[in-house]
Amino acid sequence: MKIAVCIKRVPDMGARFKIGADGASIDETGLKFDMSDFDEWAVEAALQLAEKHAGSTVTVISLGPDSVQETLRKALAMGADAAVQLKAESVPAGGFAVAQALAAELKDGGYDLILFGRLAVDSAAGITGPMVAELLGLPCATALCKLDVQGTSATGERQIEGGVEQLAFPLPAVCTIDQGLVVQARYPSLKGIMAAKKKPLASKPAALGGVGVTITKMELPAERAAGRIVGEGADAVPELVRLLQTEAKVL
Amino acid sequence: MANVLVVAEARGGALKKVAFEATTAARTIADASGGQVHAVLVGAPGIAAEASKLGATGADVVHVCEHPALEQFDAEVLAATVAAAAGATAARAIVVGGTAMGQDIAPRVAAKLGVGVAADATEVTMDGDAIVIRHPMATGKVIATLAASGPVAVITVRPGALAVGTEARAGTVQSLAPALDPAASRVKVTKLTTGGGGKLDLAEAPVVVSGGRGLKAPENFKLVEELADAFGNAAVGATRAVTDDGWRPHSDQIGQTGRQVAPNLYVAVGISGAIQHVAGMRNSKTIVAINKDKDAPIFKVADYGIVGDVFEIVPKFTEMVKAARAQR
Repeated sequence: MKIAVCIKRVPDMGARFKIGADGASIDETGLKFDMSDFDEWAVEAALQLAEKHAGSTVTVISLGPDSVQETLRKALAMGADAAVQLKAESVPAGGFAVAQALAAELKDGGYDLILFGRLAVDSAAGITGPMVAELLGLPCATALCKLDVQGTSATGERQIEGGVEQLAFPLPAVCTIDQGLVVQARYPSLKGIMAAKKKPLASKPAALGGVGVTITKMELPAERAAGRIVGEGADAVPELVRLLQTEAKVL
Repeated sequence: MANVLVVAEARGGALKKVAFEATTAARTIADASGGQVHAVLVGAPGIAAEASKLGATGADVVHVCEHPALEQFDAEVLAATVAAAAGATAARAIVVGGTAMGQDIAPRVAAKLGVGVAADATEVTMDGDAIVIRHPMATGKVIATLAASGPVAVITVRPGALAVGTEARAGTVQSLAPALDPAASRVKVTKLTTGGGGKLDLAEAPVVVSGGRGLKAPENFKLVEELADAFGNAAVGATRAVTDDGWRPHSDQIGQTGRQVAPNLYVAVGISGAIQHVAGMRNSKTIVAINKDKDAPIFKVADYGIVGDVFEIVPKFTEMVKAARAQR
């Protein structure tokens, strides 16, 4: 089975963010970067499928500046076989430009399965995967928390508001991976890190398409006003209930 | 004259609240240029009975697409039908509720039309001719303002974030055929299992009661459930630590990698308040925290906190909430 995983390099969400001088970007000074959580789970899912289906290969693809090579190397160290950087100065908003570039790269790759994380934790949009599926004319199953491949078809499960949907679809297909599909993504071993240095990493210009959606401003959210400790223990409950009724008016 | 198309999500034969929120956002966009709001309502035969509710929240026309196979969600049929309806109504914008369904179909519709998506809007406004949305990104630590240009704008709106309007319009019903034969659809929903009877959806509930590791064992989650029942309009959430340990399903997880909620009242029970959790609930209007550690970070975001043993405090809180509601 030939599997591709599209991954994104994102800032560590634990950071205290600052807005860039242009007022429409995150100031990257001092930030640490890593693979988006959902994308790590997608890589892990791909590696597990490859282990189950002999003769499989896993190719990881990332769009962005040369710094994404570090993220691609990490995926190679985890066990992916080959990597492709689609070189672009930055990752445009709206998903469509990126989807076009990815689709152009994936189109003739002969992939049976193309995986994405459900969303990138920085832009938090979750739109690129289904767009790529549409551009390639492939079936698409989103937000999977279970995925099994049987020959040329697959079954999956996704959690929706108030329920769980079980899905069946033919391959080739595009899937986006949600939390819960894998327990944890593996850490690159020392052996994996050494091996990754010798694995192929191709770099080519990204064929970015039109944009249509632009970020005009970024700002930090207003801080929540400091709250108060109503009291200690069960004795504080009457005062809490009173405040919820008279002050917050939510009860 | 710029028309706006809204995808009105229905599940189990009934419209979801987000459908009305999306219709209201569509009304805002349409009113800026004197256009009409066209809603697309898809479901099994009988779904047309829901159409008048869309008129009541601002839809001028409701295009009803009924088909026995559309009892279950079908992304391919829905995306094709919405894209076709966008063309037929000369829509300059398409508004979709950002649910599991909406997140699935909006990018497909956009790709069919050759445009991007302005995703997960918590505000939708017009700036002259441009549609402007606000979107919390990076786990809510940064708020981005996005402008959608191009021939048609595709927007998803975060469930629960937008108000439901009361400006009624005709809601004239027109029938719409599926643009794709459901039999030709490749991705099939083979089974839908719904959560416990009448349990409220996290995205729609006005109150969310969440539990964390402080509950010590999965069986103690009944304290959280009882408190939620006492409110009568509450959904139950959980932290990632708890869902990872299998105490609760992953779908109940609130946080950076789970659901993002903004209810009127959020009650955090035995939750320390790791940034990953706070990312999923910091936009709640009122936050209550009950935790034994007075230095827990959850008290920094909580409006009201009680320090102490959740096993003593929560049953008392449940009892008093019941009493308060009984008095109304």
